[in-house]
Amino acid sequence: MDLPNRIAARVVPHIPHGAVVNLGIGIPTLVADHLPEHAAHLQTENGLLGVGPTPGPGEVDPDLVHAGKQPVTARPGASYFASSASFGMIRGGHVEVAVLGALQIDARGRIANWAIPGKPVLGVGGAMDLLVGARTVIVATTHTAKDGAAKILEECTFPLTARRSVDVVVTEAATFRVDDDGLELVDLAEGVTLDWVRTHTAAPFRVAASLTAPV
Amino acid sequence: MTAPVTPTRPLVRGVAEALAPVRDGATLMVGGFGLVGAPLRLIEGLLATTTATDLTIISNNLGEPGRGLGMLLLEGRVRKAVGSFFTSNPDVVAAYQAGDLEIDLLPQGTLAEAIRAGGAGIGGFYTRTGWGTALGEGREERVIRGEPHVYHESLRADVALVRARRADELGNLVYSKTARNFNPDMATAADLVIAEVDEVVPVGALDPEEIVTPHLFVDAVVLSGRA
Repeated sequence: MDLPNRIAARVVPHIPHGAVVNLGIGIPTLVADHLPEHAAHLQTENGLLGVGPTPGPGEVDPDLVHAGKQPVTARPGASYFASSASFGMIRGGHVEVAVLGALQIDARGRIANWAIPGKPVLGVGGAMDLLVGARTVIVATTHTAKDGAAKILEECTFPLTARRSVDVVVTEAATFRVDDDGLELVDLAEGVTLDWVRTHTAAPFRVAASLTAPV
Repeated sequence: MTAPVTPTRPLVRGVAEALAPVRDGATLMVGGFGLVGAPLRLIEGLLATTTATDLTIISNNLGEPGRGLGMLLLEGRVRKAVGSFFTSNPDVVAAYQAGDLEIDLLPQGTLAEAIRAGGAGIGGFYTRTGWGTALGEGREERVIRGEPHVYHESLRADVALVRARRADELGNLVYSKTARNFNPDMATAADLVIAEVDEVVPVGALDPEEIVTPHLFVDAVVLSGRA
């Protein structure tokens, strides 16, 4: 499995059965491929609740896409709605889980995922609404940036997407839960050591007792 | 069973006739999420049949390079864009950096709500979205139920160009799947609303339960040519 799919697969245990879930663009979109059939109701902010699998060739409907503008299908029980209603669902707290990507995450679990300093800020999409409105927010991201720099930092150097902290951070190496005291490491991927996570994480974090208890 | 009300005015127009009222400096709402649900025939018509320029475009994106609203940009017709996601069209980034295009960036939900509110006679609203971020800077703030919100004025336009699947002869509209997106909201929020549809059916042929945009919002209907 490639790196983005390994991360996406690690998100699945954090999604309650039957939840309404919005998947952001990028790695979060891949979560759909790893969810068991009928495990969740996928909402896409361009106006569909009940996103189904990618259509086969010849079955593509140009009027049926997800927020990443890729073709999808609609499951039985699906519904279509206007953008204002879609964001009413999101801001109104009716979407249980949002899975979002992140460029940076700070020690309090706040994320930056929409703008890079020095570049024109011309796109935000639904990221701010999802972060403010979803009842639970899970970040799915590579543990470090492409150049190897830490993405989990004491403070974000990129502009924050919201003041709200996310609830869970999932990387290929580790899973952190976020509470009022900051980040807590709750899981290590197979073959990953605590030392590796400490070396590649530039924010302080606690380590769950389950990871430190003698085996 | 009573006979259906006959339309009092011919609603179906040619592209040029429908777009003739668009003036220089006008504010246009244009439906679509990328090119999905975008009224492409009307956009082509703006270029081919009008000289309207200096336009303000309210739309989630500004098309794709050379396609949809992207064409209007390349022809130098757009002065300002109001939307949520422009980075998918490199021409927009280039025009902005060259100082040829003004951009007002809004979170997508704030954009949708500002349009909905504009159509519903609401002057503005408070939202938690964007508070404490670069997009919330300089906005009026208010704490509601213990949470900080930022104020946004609603949006209105001179003209809305929307895309629907089907109209009846009164102008009732039904949409197609996720091509609905911003179209029903925009159909409520402009002084002149022009709908591009694949098909016009007789009054009574649409189930009242399926009509998304009731006809009182719609001023003109144009055929897409893609029946």
